[in-house]
Amino acid sequence: MKAVTWQGTNHLTVENVPDPRILNEQDAIVKVGLTATCGSDLHLLGGYVPAMRAGDVIGHEFLGEIVEVGPRVREHKVGDRVVVTSFISCGRCWYCQHDEWSLCDNSNTNPGIAQAMWGYETGGVFGYSHAMGGFKGSHAEYVRVPFADYGAFKVPDDVDDQSAVFASDAAPTGWMGADLGGVSPGDVVAVWGAGGVGQMAARAAALLGAEQVIVIDRIPERLEQARRYASAETIDYTATDVGAELRERTGGRGPDVCIEAVGLEAHSPGPEYAYDQVKQQLRMHSDRPTAVREAIMACRKGGSVFILGVFGGVVDKFPLGALMNKGLTVRGAQQHGQRYAPMLLDRIAKGELDTRHLVTHELPLDQAPEAYQMFKNKDDGCVRAVFRP
Amino acid sequence: MKRMIKTGADKAAGLASNLASGAAGAAGAAWDTARHRMVGDDQAAAARWLVVTIACPPERLTRPAGLPEPIERLQREAEVEVRVQPAPGDRGTELGVRLSRPRADGAPTGIPSNIAARLSGNDPRQRLRTALRDAKSLIETGEVLRPDTPPTTRPTITGKVMELATKRAGGEGRL
Repeated sequence: MKAVTWQGTNHLTVENVPDPRILNEQDAIVKVGLTATCGSDLHLLGGYVPAMRAGDVIGHEFLGEIVEVGPRVREHKVGDRVVVTSFISCGRCWYCQHDEWSLCDNSNTNPGIAQAMWGYETGGVFGYSHAMGGFKGSHAEYVRVPFADYGAFKVPDDVDDQSAVFASDAAPTGWMGADLGGVSPGDVVAVWGAGGVGQMAARAAALLGAEQVIVIDRIPERLEQARRYASAETIDYTATDVGAELRERTGGRGPDVCIEAVGLEAHSPGPEYAYDQVKQQLRMHSDRPTAVREAIMACRKGGSVFILGVFGGVVDKFPLGALMNKGLTVRGAQQHGQRYAPMLLDRIAKGELDTRHLVTHELPLDQAPEAYQMFKNKDDGCVRAVFRP
Repeated sequence: MKRMIKTGADKAAGLASNLASGAAGAAGAAWDTARHRMVGDDQAAAARWLVVTIACPPERLTRPAGLPEPIERLQREAEVEVRVQPAPGDRGTELGVRLSRPRADGAPTGIPSNIAARLSGNDPRQRLRTALRDAKSLIETGEVLRPDTPPTTRPTITGKVMELATKRAGGEGRL
């Protein structure tokens, strides 16, 4: 079958690779209908995520049709149209039972690698390095879905592919940031990053009762989408002092909840960006935490900061003093998609949550390398490119 | 290969990144070993209980023939001690295993031999970790998840390093 493979830093190819097959009795094979680029893929392309191997199939946000099921798959049958969460989770360990699905104990087939990096392993993920299980990704014609009863969700007939595909990752990730960040009615919420995840976090904050939602980015068309589809105010960080702007708009208090949806390749104007870039390129620190620093400094006393962006290792100049002395609550997580996917599909079906507008480019799989260049450079107004294998 | 986007500078950066990535698991094991040997002696480390917590009541493991097959096999093939005790709160049951006679079973001593044994797959504690993880998964899910195969379609030197890391990953880590 045809698949998009990572071959090294900024080097993707479309190759013929072996078809997946059922390896465990709870597996299903899904014929991919639509698979989306994600900002976190750019960290793979940039060479910032360790434990990648030339030939790895990438892609982790997708939907499709089940074409084969293992003998112990109970909830699905051949022909079902399903959206699949990015994290692979067993559904029965303590973490899954407590709705922390991305922390699954039984789905990472390389636990020793992740434990050496982070102390404990996460669950497995499609197409996101051997530290997270080495599973083949979804930018392919077919994909093996382990523990299919827990990670695949039937898509309502009245929800189109372009809307439903984001119930795989962007929507549950964004929703989780607002939910576990503790957004409550009346809050002021600031979101760093107006990509797919940031927009979903902003919309989730509004649906959870936030009175004011402010989205920070530099890309005009993304800020426009945040205003239009998430009913958010926006700040262009290249045009103003973000901290001063937030203080002015929040009565001098600062936002109650700050959600970081940028990740380890953050941009910023000024010398801080150059400093972080030099250290990152010299591998003296692995991640550029500009937006996290800004969120911690901007957050009100006693407020909450939630880190949604993907980070891989260690950072420099982390404002630990601000965190401690202001009494902040800082959380982060990879997405617990299984916790939110059914509710999100329902909200999408009811028209409460717009996701379709994120698809700015739909292309065949053969054009994935060019599409990722466009996505990376934000060319042609690209917010998300999707592929129909 | 149908398409590619790559510059000369990217290739250099890519090689550095691949080397760094490929070495991550093996280097992680080595660093983990070295760091912990600075604060604990080999004898204590080799005799330490390795433990997983399983989402099941203790009776599931303490009833006759209740131990899962990977642990029973371990008992048949090696001199190990097995410990079962309830976990606090609602966390299930703690299943522990340790070598009865670490030195006799070949547990390495000293940092160089320890690293070499772990990288070559000759540290007997790797079998214990794998058995514990498999036992937990079997009880909780009814099966042990298998990795996708083949692991890659393009063999490279850095890929070989990653292959070594993934081969050892099931028996390594901080368990």
